[in-house]
Amino acid sequence: MLTAFAIFSDGLVYAAYLFLVAVGLTLIFGVMKILNVTHGSFYAFGAYGAATAAGVWFDRGWSDAGGLLFMVGLAMLIGLAIGIVLERGILRFVYGKDEVVIVLVTYAVFLILEDVIVLVWGPRSYAAYQPMVAAGSIDVGDLTLSNYDIGMVVLAAALAAFGYWALKFTRYGKLLTVVIFDREVAAAYGINVKVIYTVTFLIGAMLGALGGAVMAPKISVTLGIGVEVIVLAFAVVAIGGMGSIEGALIGALIVGFGRAAAVHLVPQVELFVIYAVMALVLGFRPHGLFTQPAPRKI
Amino acid sequence: MASRGTLIGAAAFAILAAGAPLLPQWLVSLSTIAFANALVVLGLVILWRTGLVPFGQALFYAIGAYAVALLGRYTPVRDVFVVVIAGAVCAGIVAYLVGFLLARYREIFFAMLSLAMSMILYGVLVKTETLGSTDGFHVEAGSFFGWRPQGAMRNLALFWLVLGCCAVAAVLVARYFRSVAGALAIPVRDNEIRVEFLGISVDRLIHLKLVISGILAGMGGALAALAVQHVDPQMAYWTTSGGFVFVTILAGAGSVAAAFVGSLAFELVRSIAVDLLPGAWQLILGSALLLTILFLPEGLGSLYARLRRRKEETAP
Repeated sequence: MLTAFAIFSDGLVYAAYLFLVAVGLTLIFGVMKILNVTHGSFYAFGAYGAATAAGVWFDRGWSDAGGLLFMVGLAMLIGLAIGIVLERGILRFVYGKDEVVIVLVTYAVFLILEDVIVLVWGPRSYAAYQPMVAAGSIDVGDLTLSNYDIGMVVLAAALAAFGYWALKFTRYGKLLTVVIFDREVAAAYGINVKVIYTVTFLIGAMLGALGGAVMAPKISVTLGIGVEVIVLAFAVVAIGGMGSIEGALIGALIVGFGRAAAVHLVPQVELFVIYAVMALVLGFRPHGLFTQPAPRKI
Repeated sequence: MASRGTLIGAAAFAILAAGAPLLPQWLVSLSTIAFANALVVLGLVILWRTGLVPFGQALFYAIGAYAVALLGRYTPVRDVFVVVIAGAVCAGIVAYLVGFLLARYREIFFAMLSLAMSMILYGVLVKTETLGSTDGFHVEAGSFFGWRPQGAMRNLALFWLVLGCCAVAAVLVARYFRSVAGALAIPVRDNEIRVEFLGISVDRLIHLKLVISGILAGMGGALAALAVQHVDPQMAYWTTSGGFVFVTILAGAGSVAAAFVGSLAFELVRSIAVDLLPGAWQLILGSALLLTILFLPEGLGSLYARLRRRKEETAP
């Protein structure tokens, strides 16, 4: 019983993390059909930005709640800045090329940004544990849960609900749905697809940085954190169906619970359970759980 | 029917093999690794021509390398020819098995699913204590039909072995490109449904290509393991695959020779860049990749073709 509850709570927290890092990736893929490898860089920049912000803020002994806001704010600002440079400076020149070629372009940028991180922050690790400590913990039965983790689950749930609402009930969301469905028809109806692309990319970049900022207090912010995230986020998105927000949510839950179960029951398989689940799902549903098969064009 | 390209290639191999004893030690070691990796790149070129980008070729590379390492550890088999073939066969079998899943996918899904496969192997290797976990383990030095060279002679012998494997692979792959299955690569990339209408199963064609590229990658991995005398899980990590993809783009998929020249150039630039600018290696790599994609989408190999075309235009 205790194990079951532990699996449930760990799984939920891990799913929240996965959803936070995957939602930006799936949004950009859905709208722009770009598998954005730089998403890992956005995450890393977000985490480094947040760690820097935490250092500046808490060294002065200012209030804890404001500190977290400052961390998230600075991280998202960095995400926005890099997003603008990337989209305006590079990506807009390769729209319309092969999807695989664009993946490689973002991979190249990812490599460059990995070294930019070293140039800016140096090779040492950073910690931003203060918000995690300040939030404290609560005892539920025999288990101790961190309030910060609970907050993360709430944030992920709120983000999912907000995303759903924004896509279904706002003007921009409806425009986006049209572009996702068919870019050319959308353009023919007078939707400014280029602006939608830019805005979507910036939102995706900020979401990636947000994921990094939220995770920063829980991890050691060090080199190579972006590499892991991009592969994980891709697995989640592929399970759910590329470009679908509901898919990202379901994928995050499946992977989250799958990994938590593996950690508690068979720790040896922890590292690859995610990819095994992904291979299994794709074996039965080649394009993920939540996508319609595309018509074959002759 | 030896064409001019074949003759030039044969001459290049002969000169390299004969000149190797005159080269400095470091260059011989570097070329050994470069040509071992070129075999993997050659496998990537085969898939690339159909429009597929395998982002998980490190899977087969690592299988080949670990097969050699395990043979050295648990069996008395040391002969380099046997272990390299064993590595290639193991990788080919794995490629055949994962091919049943992978061959159904195209484009990004193919790229990422193959990546997931290699990450599964990476996870298994990291978690397996008996195989040295993240540290990997030592690979026994091989023997050449009972001959056990030491020191500089060993490096030379390995270099000749790698050259020989490359020459065989180059001839076979060039022949494959001219065969019907090889020639269908470009039609599949352009429009695979039309190829299906011709009565050819594209999935099976891609399955075959996967096995061939898996065998080549396994052979490359086996040779690299012999040359470095060490294997570790990093060989299966996706950044390793990324490196192979990188060389493929840089070299272009136009010809067999491009894979070898590209791989050699890559290793040279890498060792120089790491020497001069240790912190900026990925920056250089990424910038070169970006510039290649933006300005030379067919790879460096296309420069040569472009020059030749220009010459033909000016000459009446």
